[in-house]
Amino acid sequence: MKQNKSFLKKIELPRTPAEWLEAVMNFLFFLCGMLAVGCVILISVYMIASGMPAIRKIGLFRFLFGTEWASTAADPKYGILPFILSSVYGTLGATLIGVPVGLLTAVFLSKAAGPRVRTVVVTAIELLSGIPSVVFGLLGMQVLVPAVAKAFGKASGACLLSAIVVLAIMILPSIVSVSVTALNAVPPEYEQGSLALGATDTETWFKISVPAAKSGIAAGIVLGIGRAIGEAMAVMMVAGNSPNMPDSLFRSVTFLTTAIAKEMSYASGLQKQALFSIALVLFVFIMGINVVLNVILKGGDRDAR
Amino acid sequence: MENAPIITAQNLNLWYGDFKALKNISMDVGEREITALIGPSGCGKSTFLKTLNRMNDLVPGVRIEGDVRLRGQDIFAREMQPTELRRRVGMVFQKANPFPMSIYDNITYGPKLHGVRNKAELDELVERSLRGAALWNEVKDRLKKSALGLSGGQQQRLCIARALAVQPEVLLMDEPTSALDPGSTMKVEELMSELKENYTVVIVTHNMQQAARISDKTAFFLLGELVEAGPTAQIFSTPQDKRTEDYISGRFG
Repeated sequence: MKQNKSFLKKIELPRTPAEWLEAVMNFLFFLCGMLAVGCVILISVYMIASGMPAIRKIGLFRFLFGTEWASTAADPKYGILPFILSSVYGTLGATLIGVPVGLLTAVFLSKAAGPRVRTVVVTAIELLSGIPSVVFGLLGMQVLVPAVAKAFGKASGACLLSAIVVLAIMILPSIVSVSVTALNAVPPEYEQGSLALGATDTETWFKISVPAAKSGIAAGIVLGIGRAIGEAMAVMMVAGNSPNMPDSLFRSVTFLTTAIAKEMSYASGLQKQALFSIALVLFVFIMGINVVLNVILKGGDRDAR
Repeated sequence: MENAPIITAQNLNLWYGDFKALKNISMDVGEREITALIGPSGCGKSTFLKTLNRMNDLVPGVRIEGDVRLRGQDIFAREMQPTELRRRVGMVFQKANPFPMSIYDNITYGPKLHGVRNKAELDELVERSLRGAALWNEVKDRLKKSALGLSGGQQQRLCIARALAVQPEVLLMDEPTSALDPGSTMKVEELMSELKENYTVVIVTHNMQQAARISDKTAFFLLGELVEAGPTAQIFSTPQDKRTEDYISGRFG
């Protein structure tokens, strides 16, 4: 009994039921938090462990810079440069279209739109972000792909260009919503100061508001890039999925994501291992994008101070 | 002593929605004088100030009636662009609001808007404006540094310099020293007395000592009405209206 008491005192166990409840809840929160961290660690370890063997067997250079992917041939080739370049070009292209459209939409919503129009557009953009990627793919397949084929006189419209257009639409909500938040946070004093010097509204938005919100806007763009590079389903439905080098907008191409998705169901042996290696490459890309995002956000904080 | 008016307001009425914020204001602002607008919070003095460069146009639901002229030109006329009016009638705000860019870019922002591109000309404008705002000696070695690194008083003088850079005819100041410490306030007040040589200044102030110290004319606003306007010495020594006397003697407000 005596011993027990001193033990209790040392680690300060809760005494009342309320304190007990508090302690249990705290532990529960901690556990949930750790769950997410644990998952990230587990995934990272698993990706590296399962992605490395194929790279070691094939050779890092031949794997990353090989221009031919023929995983089921008698003499299999595992070069993923076509996938890397397709993913990079596809993402870049989507960014090139999505950023100007998204930024102008954000400026419109944050500064120019009347309350009624704003509500309508914001709702539309929220819905856009909620549409499943398979639906984007379906529409792309049924509407965009034939349209591209017809417009450019090609046999098939399933190509890099179609993927770029679908991705551009898919990344719009990320760019718009993060940019609107950033633009709304620009102190009105800046804008008033600009107007009081004789600037027009447009001059004020683009010379003062957008530069002042640049770190938030950049974060939105990076978020969009992350979404584009990680998208598999919609891309698979419109990009054609041949392992070609993306040397033309009208080439049927395979992205990093779709390379994994289309072969995983029947892959085995080295082929399967190589797919894990592709996933590892994709993983590294996403991690890199997240690092960039964090740097931008931290830089933004410093600017604000 | 009497200077010709540069701004004349006649029967100016202003509503924010259903609320009538200015009631039949008629007053003149003399050229190269400091005119102080005083009165308790919500009396309409800031509203009147912001009408002079049409910054009130930005407030949703605002309605203005009456006549305001700048050198005889109707400021509400169709051919008077608000941008041109605001270049001619500059404004300094209560809270210093330098743009989040370098000191140099803050000053050149206005001139660039109005078409000055020549580097030498811009350099010269920066120096002249900063000297005009008594800030040159403090910042001449760090023109390319962020304006946000300046002290509050320096930031406010930078905003004055920024307003001067577009070579306005009138400078409106909305409680420019209310957020500053006494030392910085003194500097800005000295600066205003110098600005009077070349500019017309209209200042809104809560601080009656400040109005008495620096202004040539004083106008007392109460509940949207202009109660009394006249030479500062007269307003503070022998006010004509009982309400003015009550306010300046500190009986309310």
